[in-house]
Amino acid sequence: MNDQAQRTISVRVRRQDRRGSAGYWQTFRIAHQPNMNVISLLQEIAARPVTVEGRHTAPVVYDSNCLENVCGSCSMVINGRARQACNTLVDALLAERPQVEIAPLSKFPVVRDLFVDRSRMFDALKKVRAWIPVDTYGPIGEGPVVAPEDAATRYDLSRCMTCGCCLEVCPQVNHRSEFIGPQAIGQAALFNLHPTGAMNSGPRLEALMEPGGISDCGNAQNCVKACPKQVPLTWAIGKVGRDTTLHAIRRWLMK
Amino acid sequence: MMRRRVVVVGGGLAGLAATMKLAEDDIGVDLVSMVPVKRSHSVCAQGGINCCNKFTRAQGDSEWNHFDDTAYGGEFLNNQPPIKEMADWAPKIVDLLDRLGVPFNRSEEGNLAVRRFGGTLYKRTVYAGASTGQQLLYALDEQVRRFEVDGVVRKFEFWEFLGPLIDGQGACRGVVAQDMFSLEIRAFPADAVVMATGGCGLVFGKSTMSMVCTGGANARCYRAGAHYANGEFVQVHPTAIPGADKLRLISEAARGEAGRVWVPRRQGDARHPNDVPEAERWYFLEEKYPKYGNLVPRDIATREIFALCKNGYSVDPHNYAVYLDLTERATGIKREVLHKKLGNILEIYEQFVGTDPLGEPMKIFPAVHYSMGGLWVDYEKNHHTGGLNWDSPRNQQTNVPGLFAAGECDYQYHGANRLGANALLSCIFSGLLVGRALRAFVQNPPGGGAAALPAGLAERETARHKAAMDALLKRDGTENPYLLHRELGRLMTANVTVVRDNRDLRATLERLEELRERGQRAALSDRGDWTNQNLSFTRALGDMILLARVITEGALRRDECRGAHYKPEFEIPAPTADDPAELQRQALEWCRRYQRQNDEWLKTTLARWTPAGPEFSYEPVECHLIPPRPRTYGVRGAEVIEQVWRAMSPARGNPGGAAGAEAAGAAIGGRA
Ligand SMILES: Cc1cc2nc3c(=O)[nH]c(=O)nc-3n(C[C@H](O)[C@H](O)[C@H](O)COP(=O)(O)OP(=O)(O)OC[C@H]3O[C@@H](n4cnc5c(N)ncnc54)[C@H](O)[C@@H]3O)c2cc1C
Ligand code: SF4
Repeated sequence: MNDQAQRTISVRVRRQDRRGSAGYWQTFRIAHQPNMNVISLLQEIAARPVTVEGRHTAPVVYDSNCLENVCGSCSMVINGRARQACNTLVDALLAERPQVEIAPLSKFPVVRDLFVDRSRMFDALKKVRAWIPVDTYGPIGEGPVVAPEDAATRYDLSRCMTCGCCLEVCPQVNHRSEFIGPQAIGQAALFNLHPTGAMNSGPRLEALMEPGGISDCGNAQNCVKACPKQVPLTWAIGKVGRDTTLHAIRRWLMK
Repeated sequence: MMRRRVVVVGGGLAGLAATMKLAEDDIGVDLVSMVPVKRSHSVCAQGGINCCNKFTRAQGDSEWNHFDDTAYGGEFLNNQPPIKEMADWAPKIVDLLDRLGVPFNRSEEGNLAVRRFGGTLYKRTVYAGASTGQQLLYALDEQVRRFEVDGVVRKFEFWEFLGPLIDGQGACRGVVAQDMFSLEIRAFPADAVVMATGGCGLVFGKSTMSMVCTGGANARCYRAGAHYANGEFVQVHPTAIPGADKLRLISEAARGEAGRVWVPRRQGDARHPNDVPEAERWYFLEEKYPKYGNLVPRDIATREIFALCKNGYSVDPHNYAVYLDLTERATGIKREVLHKKLGNILEIYEQFVGTDPLGEPMKIFPAVHYSMGGLWVDYEKNHHTGGLNWDSPRNQQTNVPGLFAAGECDYQYHGANRLGANALLSCIFSGLLVGRALRAFVQNPPGGGAAALPAGLAERETARHKAAMDALLKRDGTENPYLLHRELGRLMTANVTVVRDNRDLRATLERLEELRERGQRAALSDRGDWTNQNLSFTRALGDMILLARVITEGALRRDECRGAHYKPEFEIPAPTADDPAELQRQALEWCRRYQRQNDEWLKTTLARWTPAGPEFSYEPVECHLIPPRPRTYGVRGAEVIEQVWRAMSPARGNPGGAAGAEAAGAAIGGRA
């Protein structure tokens, strides 16, 4: 019991003070408690920001909000894997290796410490016109009838929380490429599958036929494995790929 | 002409609904939010959104019933014109959401699927799996993005609201906000401002709410003169799971889909729940509330669980916990079916607790969940419909001209207790309503609006906030803001949640004063000028202590039991006599006391900030359509109360008047 009470966890955190400045590591020692997740480690550091060397430092800066794997804020690279800090449990990590190591996502610019700038993903949603254009918000009646299976597929796609894990693990997303990434392709599929959204699928497909679009996908299939919401990304990429081909042929025939 | 411009603070469901409605009318919006709006707390909502629908209508349901359930659920503390209007709009709002592409679950015929929620006998809740809030938030976020591309909406994400800009006449002329990265502070002049900044769960330390739900923004409006109403009404949800960092909700939808709450009949029974035979399981809610069963309103379920656990029936040695059972054995429903409807919450339980919630009962605990109280807002009644005048600029306006509020941060729709799946509705409804109210308001804003800001106002206010920040950054002291927050949370959770006692409340007020003083000695561990989260948190800590005082003092003053506010000292003892005549007499006494309690306490608490602390006053509640009645939810033994109350009612010209009680008393006395 005493051993348990005094058990501590070594936590190594990648830090960076400003945009563009050099990164460095710091290590903290945190008292072990039952049911800890990575967020609670960071909260403990904030409550007592002292490194193993006894140096007082600033609390680690990180992005978080809901803490239940649905807002997409707290993506980090934890023990080498991109995931959410909130639903990554410390005991499971310790079963893998004795130290917990936390670094920011590497495919996005660091703002500070673990906090990264993911605005490119929101810009991508603008690019693929990820919305249903309706005539009015006034009360003009019911929506279109949708088959339960189609609603289920759309629900699976619609769970995407813009967390960035799929971009993080994609070899085609890097500082030399313009590839828009799997998330936006999944969202284009979501809106093209809706009866109203389908009426304006053209612009969505065309956005993905430009440079950096769907043809940049190298089919590594890492994305679908990394997605914390099990979004059917490879299915969506396949579907949008076929639809863009058809769209191109149709456009050519109409010329 | 230049576009009119409104600042909307907060981009949860309420803020986004307001923004899209304003943008549709070509009113420009500056949308200010601490988090990217797509990551707002609304994303957490699980179970669904209420509306009278085709299926319930076929069973005799109506908008009126939804209205009645909402008033009864809130123990009549909610003004009736706004909730009547909300219930009337509910089906239209769900139609709109459906048109916007929300992937609601569907019936075999392709209609919207429905489930039952607490506090109603109808299946009035539509849903998208068990992540309805996420799906609704995304639908509105997408609409707002569309207007962002068109340039009507400008988003300021990772900007924190610091306070309203109030002119010499006391009108709101914009806001002051801070870039959370560069720490730049600037003014946003506007023709009107809408607060849509959500609830204040973090006042209680850990809750089911998200990390930005400190109530800080609402406290800053209160500090600037806006009235804070019914702060003491805080919802504690019966079913959550504890964690080191937060309490995670297991939605009422679990019970709506047939989940059953129970404990072993024997106290301290250490067997694995799956080994407890049927006859030794105590389904205490079903037993006590045969009509509503596991779907009694939250305040009642939570109190029952509390009382039971206090008497030694908890299934966890360290906490108050009971079983919530979704196994096929208890529900008779197959695993695959439940997975389709509840996937998200099953995942949450599995990820954070580690056992399969369909293989064995879940262990669940009560947790602070929702703020019924909030910024006071006005409305304008339509005398013809009993609902609202939809175009009136009074709707959703606070007592500060030009400052509006919508969503969980207002106090308007839920009275003393909110019904499950009514929050998403009230947020979207009040957001759309405020959009409409502003259409009229911005045509003639106070002082000429954004274009005619009084000289020096913006500069003075930004300089004031900047000076406060600099002082905070430099402050030396021995207190740690994170540890103070934990103390605040423990204090409030222990004394100002499910069961309240005046002695404890008084002691809590003293402790709060001490925390406030110590808070002024809290020093930052980060004094940097870039993305300083420590700064933002410490500022919010002061706000939380301010709201804690309003909540606690409101609770201390309110000497009654109503909805979520429960003081055993003032509970009216239930009739218990075996002798029928005596039982009648006790019931009559009960009804008289209930009547007196309504005469005295059926009123809204208003807190106004003063340097010496909150100043309290009260205003009557508008119950013009449904007279208040005892809120028994058919509990066993209360039939006699309902009988007596009914007998009293026709005798009363004025339902609710004390004279009626006397007349009825005479009638019943005669019979006995
Ligand atoms: C776990 C959970 C499940 C729920 N399930 C349901 C359900 O099934 N059905 C139902 O009806 N209700 C449910 N609710 C309640 C419902 O989700 C909330 O009441 C509702 O989402 C609140 O929405 P809102 O728009 O008022 O505020 P929020 O969504 O909380 O948004 C607040 C916004 O304000 C911003 N903000 C806050 N402070 C500042 C500041 N100082 N400066 C700038 N911006 C600021 C935030 O960034 C955010 O954008 C649930 C609640 C919880 C906690
Ligand atoms: S698709 Fe999955 S991994 Fe990619 S952003 Fe969405 S939720 Fe994250």
